[in-house]
Amino acid sequence: MTGSCAEWDLLLHGYADGELDAANALRLEQHLRECAGCSAELRRIQALKQAIAQDQVPWPASPALRERVTAALAREASLRTSSPATAKSPLLSRLFDYARRWSLVPSMAVLAAGVFLMLARPETGMSLQDELVASHVRSMLANHLTDVETSDQHTVKPWFNGKIDFSPPVVDLANRGFPLVGGRVDYIGGRVVAALIYRRNGHVINVFIWPSMTASNATTEREGYNLINWTQAELSFWLVSDLNAVELKEFREDFAEAAPK
Amino acid sequence: MPGTSRWSDTTGWLRSWLAVISQAAILPAGAGASSARGKAATARPPAESAARFRDIILPHLDAAHNLARFLSGDATAAEDIVQEAYLRAFRAFGEFRGGSSKAWILTIVRNCHLNWRAEQRRRSNVEPLEGLPFTDDLSPEDSGIAERADLPRDEITPETILVQRMEADEVRLVLAGLPEAFRETLVLRELECLSYREISDVTSIPIGTVMSRLARARAIFATAWRQRLDAGKKPR
Repeated sequence: MTGSCAEWDLLLHGYADGELDAANALRLEQHLRECAGCSAELRRIQALKQAIAQDQVPWPASPALRERVTAALAREASLRTSSPATAKSPLLSRLFDYARRWSLVPSMAVLAAGVFLMLARPETGMSLQDELVASHVRSMLANHLTDVETSDQHTVKPWFNGKIDFSPPVVDLANRGFPLVGGRVDYIGGRVVAALIYRRNGHVINVFIWPSMTASNATTEREGYNLINWTQAELSFWLVSDLNAVELKEFREDFAEAAPK
Repeated sequence: MPGTSRWSDTTGWLRSWLAVISQAAILPAGAGASSARGKAATARPPAESAARFRDIILPHLDAAHNLARFLSGDATAAEDIVQEAYLRAFRAFGEFRGGSSKAWILTIVRNCHLNWRAEQRRRSNVEPLEGLPFTDDLSPEDSGIAERADLPRDEITPETILVQRMEADEVRLVLAGLPEAFRETLVLRELECLSYREISDVTSIPIGTVMSRLARARAIFATAWRQRLDAGKKPR
């Protein structure tokens, strides 16, 4: 495998594990026919998988453990069918009964609050915005800005294939003064999202992208970072940067202009 | 003395609530969504619930033990972890919402292992080797492991591995020597045959990270294996 095949590396593992979708598998098979290096790498991965997954490698539970667990479960089951409060003091059991009887109320309240927060997003999505800023800060602290580092949009876009279930638009804005630095896969609001990284004079701009059916539009500021949100072509975009609001707005317009509508 | 008994009741009550909270931390994320219904069901699981547990969770006992054994590296601890995990799973079975029962029980086993590990740490009061937060799987430059893993790939040819057939015991030893996050990913994938999605659920890391971690885990395994071969060739 030569250096230029680095983008195939994860796909090779996904292929060996049977985790690639048909389109990616087809693309890879085509590449394998032409690339001896990647074919050898695939054989190496398969040999390794075979070696590790030998019959005698896993540690099965001993018969003693099986007996122990079965006995513990039986004990637990009988404890539960008999009165649960026998061993407890009267006050404790009353507290427990009370807690059990009323635990439904706070649970439902939390559930209702959760549903409300989800429906009210992104206008009042406080936690989402905090999460975005946190991710932006983290990406710079850990020196882990990019997973794929290149100024070439044609390298970044295919890199996302197979890593996320949608195709983020990667646009070249170098001539507008916003050179592309690279891309990253991140985790926001409970889902995997694409993050593109652009630069403006020493400032870093993180562009978080994920599919969204609901239109939204917002400009806010949090902990000294500017955030801009909009939706376009059924994708939700969030810009996070310490760049000033005016230039970030300029970036938003340039990006929206260049991305597919 | 009425005052003392009232006091001990209060501390007992506090302690039981702490137990409830720590129990919540063990259970897989998402189980809480149906907790309102779950509580009603788990308060007194009917006989058929216990039978259902036997049918769909107990068959994963080997998998549970395998994971606990590879994570803890300790035969006795692994059995304790498995028993604890099964008891907790049984109590929370009403919150199991379907889906992969194997991923569900393995998540609980993994969390019980983390608890056991934390307990060990508290007892020994020694700065742990693996206690540092594990964040480097996508940026290999800043870890020492990466240097070993990034040896020229050509040196580890498929032939080396195919010709030198590994003994199962040797595979276990090499696995045991891997850093925990990589060992865990390999065990879940190669030994328990979990899908990327299920590994992501069990370890609560994004699928993209599962993929890159798995690729690096295999590279590190291959390197470690090769080092074993080299060491074996030398006269002792």
